[in-house]
Amino acid sequence: MSSLTVDEAPQAASHVHYLNVKFGVKSWLFTTDHKRIALLYLASITFFFFVGGAAAVLMRLHLLTPGGLLVEPATYNKLFTVHGILMVFFFLIPAIPAVLGNFLVPMMIGARDLAFPKLNLLSWYVYILGGLFTLYAVVAGGVDTGWTFYTPYSSTYSNSHVIAAALGIFITGFSSILTGLNFIVTIHKMRAPGLTWFRLPLFIWAIYATSIIFILGTPVLAITIVLVALERLFHIGVFDPALGGDPILFQHMFWFYSHPAVYIMILPGMGVESELITCFSRKKIFGYKFVAMSSLGIALLGFLVWGHHMFVSGQSMYAGMVFSILSYLVAVPSAVKVFNWTATLYKGSISYDAPMLYALGFIGLFTMGGVTGMFLASLGVNVHVHDTYFVIAHFHYIMVGGMVMAYLGGIHFWWPKISGRMYPQGWARFAALVIFVGFNLTFFPQYILGFLGMPRRYAVYPAEFQVLNVMSSAGASILGVGYLIPLIYFIWSMRYGPVASANPWNAKGLEWQTPSPPPTENFEEIPVVTEEAYDYPVREAQVA
Amino acid sequence: MAGHIVSIKLYALIFITLLVMTGVTTAVGYVDLGRWNIIIALAIAIFKASLVILFFMHMKYAGKLPRLVFASTLLWLAILITLTMSDVLTRSWDHPPQGWQSLSTSGQR
Ligand SMILES: [Cu+2]
Repeated sequence: MSSLTVDEAPQAASHVHYLNVKFGVKSWLFTTDHKRIALLYLASITFFFFVGGAAAVLMRLHLLTPGGLLVEPATYNKLFTVHGILMVFFFLIPAIPAVLGNFLVPMMIGARDLAFPKLNLLSWYVYILGGLFTLYAVVAGGVDTGWTFYTPYSSTYSNSHVIAAALGIFITGFSSILTGLNFIVTIHKMRAPGLTWFRLPLFIWAIYATSIIFILGTPVLAITIVLVALERLFHIGVFDPALGGDPILFQHMFWFYSHPAVYIMILPGMGVESELITCFSRKKIFGYKFVAMSSLGIALLGFLVWGHHMFVSGQSMYAGMVFSILSYLVAVPSAVKVFNWTATLYKGSISYDAPMLYALGFIGLFTMGGVTGMFLASLGVNVHVHDTYFVIAHFHYIMVGGMVMAYLGGIHFWWPKISGRMYPQGWARFAALVIFVGFNLTFFPQYILGFLGMPRRYAVYPAEFQVLNVMSSAGASILGVGYLIPLIYFIWSMRYGPVASANPWNAKGLEWQTPSPPPTENFEEIPVVTEEAYDYPVREAQVA
Repeated sequence: MAGHIVSIKLYALIFITLLVMTGVTTAVGYVDLGRWNIIIALAIAIFKASLVILFFMHMKYAGKLPRLVFASTLLWLAILITLTMSDVLTRSWDHPPQGWQSLSTSGQR
């Protein structure tokens, strides 16, 4: 291919890059290019996001009236199960690692691809296979256990398609493990010359920490699912007391994975956040090493707190106290990050481009979600609000207010690099505002509902809760529109958007030193790194 | 290290040992030895797992980093077991309110 330098990159459409080097379905389905695989993931997780979102919209419509508007209670159970399974396992967990991580890890460390490109493609096929099993379970009649599959309901009593759905999650788990393995080896072995560990972008640290959780946590979920299947099919006593088992054991094993899974979802979002905050404040991040180490701290501490989901399960009081204290601890590294982002903003030269609006939204919403998490970690308060809408509001502030905001911020930030095109800034800012407003209107009333005692997972509710429920449903419709706007202008921009330069945000980082979109081998020549991460010029105002 | 070659003979020997130990586990399962049943079963399982890890997974010949990765999985297993047992072993400490019956004592009556 022709030799390209960064300077002549603005005529993006004219150069050979990973998108136009080959065409046709085959060139995509058999690609081993990490950037193309990232796009395969992007298309798939977007599909699952909107299917899972549709289930949520149906639920919110149903809850417009106290008696329920749309569906039978049994169908309602299946709706929240499908919503939970698709959003957690097929959107939130793979979203940032498999899309942005796949695209950016080699680019950010100055490598030509991941360590195992074929394994990378395999992990996408495994993910799709798991997705098909789960979709089959939905089409065949649904699952009604909730995404948590608690025994003995899932093992003995439920008549729905538990096995197919669980198998889908089991299979998809291997996709996570393969992706995590690939990232860890790549980050250890393939960094460009001069790129020492403490010069790595913080996104890489976050992905590294996430990969550790992928590898150490996911197998336990797989084992747990197999045990449920064995008990359901062959009546081998693991969780059923009548057969000598212990139903609480299921919750221990399930949450040993599923609490750290919360950090699988949020850690990559925190990594994106660090990138956005520094770039749009044009300032080095405050306390680089603390932010980097807090990612590892979260990965470790995240494994010690799972019992906070089980305070009223029959778990012993003493274990409850231990888990409560440990849960408080995990707030420390999360707070380090929030304070350091805020300190980075201080005296920064802040611009309010669309990615930054998402980043700022993230800080506020994540903080609210995190602080209400502390409420839930304390034993006494937890008993009062356990299994109420307070919990729903709390984790949606983390997952949607935090993770989805960061994901959208990241997509808006790197879209020029991914597609070689710009999107309309005005629409993007507008969408960010619509999403922020819609989100808060949907979920803030749920804090109040939960505090007043409305339990989760019910298809009907007492009449006095109607006003707040109507507010929440109205918010959900705004939020839904807010998510459709970016979908439309991103698709529009692929054909009609203005051509993007190599570095439209004037950002630091190796991924911006190569043309947009990048050539298949990422870099004409492997770069040599000579400076710290985020080495933005120091302005006078910061010195004073 | 990376290129270490293990003879087929050794692999076959280990494979046969694994099969024999599986047989032993099954046989012991039919004899009532009280609490020794579980101890023997776990001991055999650990022995078999060690063989697989050391030879089939090449941990015996591996460098420092793979060993560190493996050691971390043991640490995580210890976390899973320890914190789970912190529940199971302390359930009998709970004092039920007056007039209520403790779960753990009702089981043993
Ligand atoms: Cu948790």
